This record gives sequence, C-alpha cells and structure tokens, in this order.
Amino acid sequence: MNMSFGDLAFFIIAAITILAALGMVLSRNIVHSALALILSFIAVAGLFFSLGAGFLGLVQILVYAGAISVLIIFAVMLVMRGDAGQSNLFNSSLGTHLWGVFLASLLTVSLSAAIYFSEFASVKGKPVEDDIAGKICGGV
Amino acid sequence: MIGLAHYLILGSCLFGIGMYGVLAKRNAVAILMSVELMLNAVNINFAAINHFLNPGQLVGQLFAIFVIVVAAAEVAVGLALIISIYRHRKSVNLNDFNLMKW
Repeated sequence: MNMSFGDLAFFIIAAITILAALGMVLSRNIVHSALALILSFIAVAGLFFSLGAGFLGLVQILVYAGAISVLIIFAVMLVMRGDAGQSNLFNSSLGTHLWGVFLASLLTVSLSAAIYFSEFASVKGKPVEDDIAGKICGGV
Repeated sequence: MIGLAHYLILGSCLFGIGMYGVLAKRNAVAILMSVELMLNAVNINFAAINHFLNPGQLVGQLFAIFVIVVAAAEVAVGLALIISIYRHRKSVNLNDFNLMKW
C-alpha cells in the first residue's frame, strides 16, 4: 500500500499517545503515571504540529508538559504516603472497576462507530504548506 | 490517506481511556490526571476539525487554547484542594472523602 511519510508520522505519533495514555491509567505507581502523562502530552503536541497548528502545539508543550506536569509531580510528592509502587491502585470494589471498563469501552465504541459511519469519514484535507513540519510530512 | 475520521477516532479513544481512569482509580491525583487526558482528547478534536473543515479561520485552535487555559487553572485549584484535604484526613483515597455521604 502506498503510504506517504505524513501517514506514517501520524500512525507513529498516534500509537505513542495511545500507549502512553494506557500506561498512565494501568500503572500502579503514581510517579510512573505522571511520567507517562508527560509523554502523552508531548505526543499530542506532535499531533497538533501535523495538523498545521504550530502555535497550539507550542502552547501545549509550554503549558501542559512544562507547567501542569511539574505541578502534578509536586502534588504527588506532597501527598505520597507509604510505598510508591502501591500508590495508584485500582478501585477496591471489583463491581465499580468493571462498570468503569464497560462504560468507557461502550463510550469509545459508540463514538468511533458514529464517526466511522458519518460523513466525516470522507473528508480529506489539503496539504499543510505554511510551516516546516507541514512541508516535511507532506501534509495530511 | 489520513482523513478527519482518523483524528476524531483517536480523540474518542483517548477520551475513553481518560474516562476509564476517572472511574476505576482511587487516588485523587490520578483522577485529576485522567481528566487532563480527556481535555487533551477534546483539544485534538478541535484542532482536527479546524484543519479539515474550516481551514481559513482559526476558531478551533482558539477554542483549544481557551480549553488549555481553563484546564491549567482547574488543575491548580484541584491540586490545592486535594493537598488541603490530605492535611486533615491524611489520605488521598477517594473512598475516604465521604463527608457528603448520608
């Protein structure tokens, strides 16, 4: 299949952000969760760059990965009690946990199906030409 | 070719993962971090629709910056609240914050 460099860049950045988000919610160590969250912020900034939103991507890195992440790590330090490896456990009642899994997956599947079968699925954009990231990636 | 649907489905997957984090975790700081993930998913949707459906104007990116500002303020205030509660109750387990339970 003929995939341009922009498509490959999108898939790599999207994979990084999904894996970092999963690492964040599935980790039992809250410091690992915070670091995975920082990685997902930077990957989302990469997505903004690929959409031609250069300023938005810079603001994302500045505010989210620069300020909010530092604030979260300070708060984690101030409220940590006991072993760091057991500081971010799941909800103790299994029923609540399964409800969470069911509701989140139901929301994701229904939203994705609604998008896939709507008329958004046939919209392809024009190439991004106004900044260097758009020129390299060949646009989306 | 990557179209609008790819970005929107990525945004909805990220939103679902954040929602699972909110519902299934018991540490209050972790729940705040999952809310941040959901807000990032919303920002992806704004920027993608702005790029594909309204490329002349910057309304989507402007709204995404607004969301980033509000999210930053909310994280600051939320973490201040959590630290203040921690001083009294010595725990950030959400099951222990049961003052409003009848």
